[in-house]
Amino acid sequence: MKTSDMTKMTYRDAIRLGITEEMRLDRDVIFLGEDIGLYGGAFGVSKGLLEEFGEERILDTPISEGAIVGTAVGAATTGLRPVCEIMFMDFITLGLDALVNQGAKMRYMFGGQSQVPMVLRLPAGSGTGAAAQHSQSLEAWLCHVPGLKVVSPSTPAQAKGLIKAAIRDNNPVCFIEHKMLYDAVGLVPLDDDYTLEIGKTIVERPGKDVTIVAYGTTLAKAIEAAEFLDEEGIRVEILNPLTLYPMDMKPIIESVIKTGCLIVAHEAVKTGGVGGEIVARVVESEAFDYLTAPIIRLGGLDVPIPFNQELEAVAVPQRNDFVHGVYRLLNRE
Amino acid sequence: MIELSEELLLRMYYKMNQARYFEEKLDDLVSKGQVHGTVHLAMGQEASGVMACLALEEGDLVSLSHRGHAQAIGFGLDVNLMMAECLGKYTGYCKGKGGSMHIADVENGNLGANGVVGGGFNLSCGAALTQKYHQTGKVVLCFAGDGATNEGSFHESLNLASVWKLPVVFFIENNQYGMSNPIENHMNVENISDRSEAYNIPGLTIDGNNFLDVYNTVTKALRYARAGKGPVLIEAKTYRYSGHSKSDKQVYRDQREVQVWRKKDPLLKMKEYLRENRVFTEKQILKMEDEAMISIEQAVEFAKKSPQPQLDTILEDVYA
Repeated sequence: MKTSDMTKMTYRDAIRLGITEEMRLDRDVIFLGEDIGLYGGAFGVSKGLLEEFGEERILDTPISEGAIVGTAVGAATTGLRPVCEIMFMDFITLGLDALVNQGAKMRYMFGGQSQVPMVLRLPAGSGTGAAAQHSQSLEAWLCHVPGLKVVSPSTPAQAKGLIKAAIRDNNPVCFIEHKMLYDAVGLVPLDDDYTLEIGKTIVERPGKDVTIVAYGTTLAKAIEAAEFLDEEGIRVEILNPLTLYPMDMKPIIESVIKTGCLIVAHEAVKTGGVGGEIVARVVESEAFDYLTAPIIRLGGLDVPIPFNQELEAVAVPQRNDFVHGVYRLLNRE
Repeated sequence: MIELSEELLLRMYYKMNQARYFEEKLDDLVSKGQVHGTVHLAMGQEASGVMACLALEEGDLVSLSHRGHAQAIGFGLDVNLMMAECLGKYTGYCKGKGGSMHIADVENGNLGANGVVGGGFNLSCGAALTQKYHQTGKVVLCFAGDGATNEGSFHESLNLASVWKLPVVFFIENNQYGMSNPIENHMNVENISDRSEAYNIPGLTIDGNNFLDVYNTVTKALRYARAGKGPVLIEAKTYRYSGHSKSDKQVYRDQREVQVWRKKDPLLKMKEYLRENRVFTEKQILKMEDEAMISIEQAVEFAKKSPQPQLDTILEDVYA
């Protein structure tokens, strides 16, 4: 794509642009959530949408997450394509029945009769000083439910491409957006048909010595570490799954065959995290024979996210965790 | 008073009988160990389940409770496909993947029976939002039991439906028990419809065993919702003769209580009405009963003869 067809914008604006374009293209796309109208959403993602699309399509809901998700499921089953904003991912606990027992299962348990084209936008992650109930990364829960798709963009371009693909998808898609990325700036394609295919892992940075799989803000830390290690002549290959479930493992397996070393990383709590699943699939694959060192999992500590800024930072993987991890794998420590 | 044609009365009586025979047969199959898993029977609740659906107009939608056979038959589902689904057969509504608790016919507006108590409330709001948005003039009839009105989803949905004036009628079949728990132990209101006051919507309590009460009330409620005035809450007081499910030994109630309700049986009541009003001859009544029974016998035969799903269908239909 020519850079002239792209423009610099924030991750927040890219999500909004994606939703706006889809709403212009398809009148069945509606948007519901708490304070998304005049207020513009808790993080400003829906700012201006009410003016363009009106109250009929931008629906401010009561503080009722169960009703938001359930209404979306019912609307999706009957012909609309709802996008929902759950103000903080943490509050998905209040909408899980509608998502897990209804939306995710209707198609299968009805023998293929229905489809549930809906998107749940889930602002996740720590770093904002909002403490334990507003900082979680709960994607592993969602990745345990067949019928759901879970995506997690890390750049503005990915945010636009994935939100559009999610809206066009005929399944319930959980769109996990990291709050610390909202102000991140990057080039975004302006083409209103630009989408990123759901279910594709991408190579963010080619390398040959160590494979790192990361997403969300953790990806940026991995890239920083890789740039630092570059100066020492260590070439780290970084992969970004983009779709956490169902995950495209092929590029990861191929990379591990090439490097023989693997680090998986995420901000979510390490125990029971998505990283463990990636590791399991790698060791089940032909890549097992190519491993030259034990695999490293980097993840959040097994604690609720604390409020204090320094404590909050050490609760999740940082750049140096990657650097030391790579040293360990290459026996440089 | 709503005028009832002979044709409609015939359909009403036929379908109520179908619902009763369907569950008698199913109960029999369960007791013989011929049904895998469980079923939730609604014998005694036929007037509410069937009549509420018969009040619907073409194109209206329903969300059924877990105790949904009579509701489904009232809505017009094919008893052959229903029975096949209860037996887990590939010819069933859900190709054997849903069973009794998930019978659905989405294309025709049956959004499915729901295995989660209270799971249908907010789905119905969503389906009603679609009707409002597309200005279809159609209404969603949402079935649930008394126990479901203690779920948070009841509150969230009635509140939302009221604020957004959604075309939905919440129809609560109060059969006096939430599984084993008698209603006086799980709510402190005399009538479930009293709860409508919290949402500033109409709330009505009716005799759920009286086919006319159910039909007339639901008809009026649908008219109200269809006119864009918002949701209505109806409580139909009724009773289930069977236990909650297969495993229920019914230790929580005296069988004499069941006998008292059997005297108020909705089928008997309707039959009395037909006799008193001389709508049909005794012969015609018997004929309807026989035809209903034959249709269920044929459904059992169809289900038994139907193939099991192929094992390789297990991975189908997880995603659209």
